[in-house]
Order: sequence, then C-alpha cells, then structure tokens
Amino acid sequence: MAQAQFKDHIREGQLFISRAIFAAVLVLLLLGGLVGRLVYLQVVSHEHFTTLSRDNRVKVVPVPPTRGQIYDRNGLLLAGNRPAYSLEITPEQVKDLDATLAQLAQVVDISEDDLERFHKLRRRQRRFESIPVRLQLTAEEAAAFAVERHRFPGVDIAARLIRHYPLGAEAAHVLGYVGRISRADLERIDQSQYAGTTHIGKLGIEKTYEEQLHGRVGLERVEVNALGRTVRVLESQPPIPGRDLRLNLDLRLQEAALEAFGDRSGALVAMDPRDGSVLAMVSKPGFDPNLFVEGISVKAYQALQHDIDKPLYNRALRGQYPPGSTVKPFIGLGGLETGVTGARSVTYCPGYYQLPNHEHKYRDWKKTGHGPMNLDASITQSCDVYFYQLAHEMGVDRLSTFLAQFGFGEPTGVDLTGELPGLLPSREWKRARKRQPWYPGETLIMGIGQGYFLTTPMQLAAATAAFANGGAFHSPRVGAELLDKETGLHEAMMADSRSIPIKDAGNWKTVSEAMLHVVEGARGTARIIRSDAYHIAGKTGTAQVFSVAQEEEYDEATVAERLRDHALFIGYAPAEAPRIAVAVVVENGGHGGSVAAPIVKRIMDIYLQEQP
Amino acid sequence: MLNPTPRSPSGLTPSNPNRRLGPLAVFHLDLPLLFGLLLLCGLGLLVLYSASGENLPQVERQLVRLGMAFAAMLLLAQINPATLRRWTPAVFGLGLIMLTAVLVAGEIGKGAQRWLNLGVFRFQPSELVKLAVPMMVAWYLAERPLPPNARTLVVTALIIAVPALMIAKQPDLGTALLVASAGIFALFLAGIRWRVILGALIAAGAALPVVWYLMHDYQRQRVLTFLNPESDPLGSGYHIIQSKIAIGSGGIYGKGWLNGTQSQLDFLPERHTDFIFAVLSEEFGLAGALVLLAVNLFIIYRGLYIAARAQDTYSRLLAGALTLVFFVYLFVNTGMVTGLLPVVGVPLPLVSYGGTSLVTLLAGFGILMSIHTHRKLLA
Repeated sequence: MAQAQFKDHIREGQLFISRAIFAAVLVLLLLGGLVGRLVYLQVVSHEHFTTLSRDNRVKVVPVPPTRGQIYDRNGLLLAGNRPAYSLEITPEQVKDLDATLAQLAQVVDISEDDLERFHKLRRRQRRFESIPVRLQLTAEEAAAFAVERHRFPGVDIAARLIRHYPLGAEAAHVLGYVGRISRADLERIDQSQYAGTTHIGKLGIEKTYEEQLHGRVGLERVEVNALGRTVRVLESQPPIPGRDLRLNLDLRLQEAALEAFGDRSGALVAMDPRDGSVLAMVSKPGFDPNLFVEGISVKAYQALQHDIDKPLYNRALRGQYPPGSTVKPFIGLGGLETGVTGARSVTYCPGYYQLPNHEHKYRDWKKTGHGPMNLDASITQSCDVYFYQLAHEMGVDRLSTFLAQFGFGEPTGVDLTGELPGLLPSREWKRARKRQPWYPGETLIMGIGQGYFLTTPMQLAAATAAFANGGAFHSPRVGAELLDKETGLHEAMMADSRSIPIKDAGNWKTVSEAMLHVVEGARGTARIIRSDAYHIAGKTGTAQVFSVAQEEEYDEATVAERLRDHALFIGYAPAEAPRIAVAVVVENGGHGGSVAAPIVKRIMDIYLQEQP
Repeated sequence: MLNPTPRSPSGLTPSNPNRRLGPLAVFHLDLPLLFGLLLLCGLGLLVLYSASGENLPQVERQLVRLGMAFAAMLLLAQINPATLRRWTPAVFGLGLIMLTAVLVAGEIGKGAQRWLNLGVFRFQPSELVKLAVPMMVAWYLAERPLPPNARTLVVTALIIAVPALMIAKQPDLGTALLVASAGIFALFLAGIRWRVILGALIAAGAALPVVWYLMHDYQRQRVLTFLNPESDPLGSGYHIIQSKIAIGSGGIYGKGWLNGTQSQLDFLPERHTDFIFAVLSEEFGLAGALVLLAVNLFIIYRGLYIAARAQDTYSRLLAGALTLVFFVYLFVNTGMVTGLLPVVGVPLPLVSYGGTSLVTLLAGFGILMSIHTHRKLLA
C-alpha cells in the first residue's frame, strides 16, 4: 500500500459505482436486445421457422405400385413380375470394405463392372443406405451366399420385382417391353406418379396400357434425422397396384404361327371379325424382351440391330408390303358396288393387257392366259387381266375411294404404338408427293395390288375382318379387359367401329363365294388348304420385291432368296359365319397359295377345332 | 457493519460477522450467488440430458465436472483477497509462461494449439489466463491513482494485449476475446476516461481492415457467414440456419422437453456444447429462454452488488471484471446462437457440456464469494 496516500479512495469508490451502474445499464440493454431477438424468432417468425423445421424432418417417400400382369385370352401369363435377387452392402455396417469385397468375390462372381458401379454408387449414397454390388443373382448364387452369410455382416440379399416375360420372343412384338425410365419418358409422364418407379412401358402393349398397368403411386410421410435416415413413419398411403390386363391374344395361335413360319420371316395377324379382337399377331423373327428390362448391353443391341432379318422390326405393324392379289376381292367388290362391272360380265384374258393406243403389255402371271373370265373365276384363279380391265374402267379415283373404306392407306387404330399407315395411291397423293400427274398404267397395276400400293399385315387383317363380317370395320384390339385385383372389377375394352356402306348385299355374297372357291374350287389358288371340317374363304397374293423387265421372265431359281416375291394370304372361316380372319405375309416366300395359306390353315384349325 | 467484531488474522478462518450467512459462513460462501449458480447448473443438466440424446453417462460426466468446479469455487472462496492479491503477479507470470509453452510445444486439437500436456492431465493455460488477466489489471491499477494516466494505460494495455494476442495466435478467438474483455472491463471500471474509450473505439474501427487481413480463413468465413448465413446453407451457414430454425420453431412455450425435432434428429450441430441454448429455446420456448436469462441476470446482479460492496480497489475491479466477463460469455453465446453475432466458440456459461470453462467460471465466482465474505468491517 505504498502508493495508497496518492489515491483518493472515496472518489475512486464513486467512480467505480458510476461505472458499475453504466455497465449494469449496458447489460440490461444488451439482454433486452437479446430478448427482442428471441421474440422476433419465436413469436413473430414462429410460423416461418415451424415450416422450416417440419420441412427438415418430414420427408415424403414415394411407394411405387406393383405393375399389373398381362395374360392371354386363356389366362396364360405373358408378362409378370419376378423377384430378382441382388447382393447389397451397407457400408456403415462393414468394417473393412475392401476385405469384404474380396471375400465376397470368392462366394459369388463379382466382375470389374460390378465393382465399378458399386464404387460409383457409393460416392453418391449415404453410408447407411445399401448399395447393390451384384445384380440378378442366380438361385445357386443366392443359396451359396445364404450359407456364408454369417461371415458378412452388412451384406444382404435384396429382392425386388422386375418385369419378366416368361415366353421370351413369342409375343415380343405385341407385348413390347418395359425399360428404365429415360429422360425423354420423364418429359411426357406425370413425374409425381413415377416417383420411386424405375421402369416404364417402352413399346407395344406395355406402352399402350402404361397408365392402367402402372397403377398409382403411394406415399409415406416419414420423419428423418439430419443424415436422412428414417426414424419413423408418420403416415402411410399405400399405392394402388396396376390393373392386370387380359389380352385377346390366343397364345396357342401365336405359337402355331411361329412354328408354321419355320425359318422364314414375315408377319401374321388374326382377328375375330365379329369384334376386332386380335387373336394373334406375329412378327418373325422376334427378340427376347427380357433383354431390355434391365438395359440391354451395347453388344447385344448391336447384334439385334445388325441382324439381316431385323428381329426388332415389327413387321405386323410397320412392315409395308404391296398387297398383291389379296386386294382383288376388295376391288372386285368395288367394281360391283360402283356398278362398273357385273357378276356375269366377262373379260377375255389372253395373258396380257394393253391400254387402248398403248404398246405396253401388262402381263398376267399366267403367260398363256386364262381365257374368258368372270369375277368369280378371276378371283378363284387370280386372273390379273380381268383386274387390269376392271381397274381401268373404275379409274383411280373410284378405286381409291372405295378401298379407303376398308381402311387401306391409314392406320387401323390398333391399340399398339408405332403403326404405319401403308399407302393407298390416289391422284391427289401423287400430285402432292411426287409432283406428277397420275398415269393410266398406274391404275392397272394398282388393280393387282402392286405399284405404289402398300399395306401392313394389320391393315390386311382388319380389311379382311371387315369384309368377313359384312361391312363393319373394327379397329383391331389386342387388349381385352382390365382387372382390378382389389375390387375384382373388370373393364372391357371396346373396339372403335364404323360401317362400310352397302349398296347390294348380293355383291358381297358374290365376292365371298369367289373367295370360298379360292380354297374349295377345283382351280382355286389355295385349294391345298381345303378343310373337310369347315369352310375357308380366302385369297392368295404374291408381292413383287424385284421388278421384272418387260421382256424378261421371272425365274425363281435365279433370283436370290431375298429378292424373291413375298407370299401373302388373307382368309376367314367358317365362311358362312366367320369367327376368325387372318392375314399373313411370308417374306420371300414365293407363292401365296403354297407357302402363306397353310400357315393360316394351321391357325384356323387350332382356333376353330381345338379347345383351349 | 453495524455490529463490528474483531477480525481473525487468518484469511482462512471465518471472519464475516454477517449472521444471515448462517452455518455456511464457515465456508465463505455467498448464499444468493450460490443459489443462482446451482439453479443455473440444474437447468443446464436438464437441457443437457435432452441435448445429449438422453445420454445419461454424458450427464454424469458433466455432473462430475460440476463437482470439481464447485470444489474449485469452494477452495478459492477460502483464499483471502489480500493473499490472492499478493499472488497475482506470480499467477500472471505463470500464465504467460504456460501460454508460451503452448505455442512452442502445445498439443494440437481441432486445428488449434491450445492444450498443454502435463503428463497427468491436459490443461488449457488460456483458462488460467482468463482469471490471471483481470487479477493482474486490478492489481496494477489498485496501486495507481485513478482514473489511470497515460503511462498507466499503456502498461495496462500491454498486460491485456500480450496474453490475448498469444491466445489469438493458437488460434482461439473466443477465449482471446474473453481474456481481453476481462482486462478491459477492469480498466473500464477503474474509471478510464470516456475520451480515451472513444479514441480506442475509433482506433479499433480503423484497425478492422488490419484485423481482417490477419484473420485465419475460417475466422473470415465465420464473419461472412454471420453477415449472410443463407449464402452457404450446407457449409458454414448450416449451424446458424439450423439454430435459428430450432429457436424459432420453439415458439413461446416450446415443443416440450426431449421433443425438440431439430435437436433430437441431429439437425442442430454442436447441440450439447456451444449451441445448447438453441435446444433450450426449442424445447422450452421463449418462456424457458427468459427463465435462463433471468437466472443469469440475477447472478450478474449479485456479482455487481458484491463488487460495489467490495472494500478495496483490487477487489472491486476484480469482482466487477469477473462478473462482466460472465455476462460476455452469456451474451456472445446467445448472440451467436440467435444469429445476432458471428459464430465464436464461446460456451453458454455453466450450461454447455465441457469441463474447462466450468472450472474457470466457478473459480471466478469463488473469488467473488471470497471478496464478499472476507470484508473488513471499516466504519
């Protein structure tokens, strides 16, 4: 206290008190500011922060619905959901990841690709989420792992449903397939409905009925912690599974047709003329749709793409072939209905036809000629000259207009995507597309289904069905009904229909009798398929792939296989009350009568004579 | 004062005649202050149980630390302020030596060099310095005419700046701030002239760019984040955003004990240490926060009261400085958690989980109690 005498203790005390009071006031002010802040946060902005807090902890997790299954008309499973097993690792539960992977590789095959995908996913996912290290384990591999499982904490087998097509290629072109949702898919779908769904219908029935098969997404509101791990489920709204779809397709016919085609390529469509049901739709060769479900490898895809037989090409819907002589019954009917010809009118066939004042000879397939021909004989024997004459007399406009009534030149409206419209030539079409006038010669070759005229097998079948049932054109329907598993409700799908105007039912009868004679007549071009059990009406056709020069002859032996004519046949049965109408194209098959017609016969035999 | 009795010569024997202290007088404890501290610690344990995720062992560990801290308080309460004053230069010198040792041979934890390993236990010298600096300033100023003259100011500034800068160098900005403020409060209470204060504030403002230049990147980031937390919602802004959500969503009455979603689902980082105030505010709402602030305010009031009643300049300055440092703890922490101040690593006094600051704080309150209970009864 040496310096104490220099200090004024009382003044120091007072100074201290005043400073302490100042400090106390400052403390109160600052705490007041703090309280103000708390009031702002907890009272004024309470709502805002409550929302933020809820957004933090409550997450809505989509629960994808199970996709509906697809059956044929007899209840055979065509597309189902199969559990697929994958080996998954939860990194959080694994002490030494590399060692575990190495040991796992001794139990199941793990490729470099698997490892690469695993490590890629691992960087993106949270440590407590399981990451697949191997997809699609075989049953043996799953069993092998199950035995060793105790050695691998944090490694598990996970099962999920993947789309499976048990019949492989048999109905591939009808069913189409599902595949992983692509960016393009995302742009056209309701994304909220697909939250949590990985696959979507890409083609065929799977695409057409995507909405019905997919179902409706379910939701779970879950409470999550800061790491995103679910703590508990707050609310759950289960998904509505997709509806099952029963098709009109009869798999027996499908299989029989494929078998009957043998090694040949081509397409066949069978319909029930009474309602437009598609009983069979074959495009050969096919492909295994299962390849596409989990993403096809580049190599496998290229193999399919570069296959000379084009297995990915849907010939039934997109194959555009000249109808050849199969169009003759329709043109014959047109001649009768427009009054251009009569059932008894006779044209002499010398083996060729010449337009007045023209040199050019339009040849009949029979060099020596058929002699005098009426409509019945010319359909039965497929005389070309009669139809050159008839087409010439009708003219392109009436021809085109009449044929359009049977759906030629426009999509049939079948419930499948990607259908092509074929081509029904007309004066207007030629002016618009070719910027050329219509030449009379073109009318002639149109009369025998050649030239610009193109049809798809689907169009031919629909037209045949419309003729068979006496004038009701039904848009072909592959899907029959939707079944709701939960409610048990069925929803049948009706075909769009329109009527073809009829002038005289007798004209239709004339043509149908002629078609019966094609099979049952002594000189019918398809007499080899005559059946004792029921009557088949039909028409053969041959479509040129390769055009033969004026003075040359077409020699089957010298023309390369792939340039040979396509064989066609359309038909329906029983002729008096048709229940099935079929159109078939056998590529490079040669003659319609010998190659195409027997396939149709097989189908009809099974459909009409065998119980499912 | 109305009832003078002869004082025992020993600083360790009961000397306070104030009978209101009753049987505790023998331990030199100030009952109101003790009551406030126990209340705060009890409240803290309650919140800690929730903030730790109902981790009882963690609460027990905190309880053990509290026991040790209260023991330190009891010990310091027994030391006569006169004795403490004699030891002050030695304690300050020891503090400086240890700070130097830390900078030379300290252990690194969380990117900063703060710990001194004494073999038996690890020790943070900066905690000792938190007490040593206000002691030293009080000691120095007590012997000089007040208000301090220019020379005194320069020396005082050095006493404050040298240890504060050494701690800032570790780097531990929060502690440096607390140490510096403890010294500055002592100086302020000593009656430093307003014009000097004003001058210092202007100088500090001018020095801001220099400080900015000297700061570590993470410190600069904290300041930037403070100014605009939403600029980095997943990085350094995350703490403050989540803390504000916790507090704001608590509302007036809170979500209930153990029911804070921000706290219990891990959205709130550092929730049992620096951000425990957000847990309290979320679960007990504005009401709970006001209770906590009221208890703290009572402790501060009692501290300032003790300082005002102290009988010599040393005791007065020391008691006042320690009390105001306690307030700085409180305000910096709550200000940070509510987003009023940048994120500085300062715990909520006596509530946040952690041992070192507990011991220092309660030791400081031990000194306050000693000052109050060892008063000489002068007329």
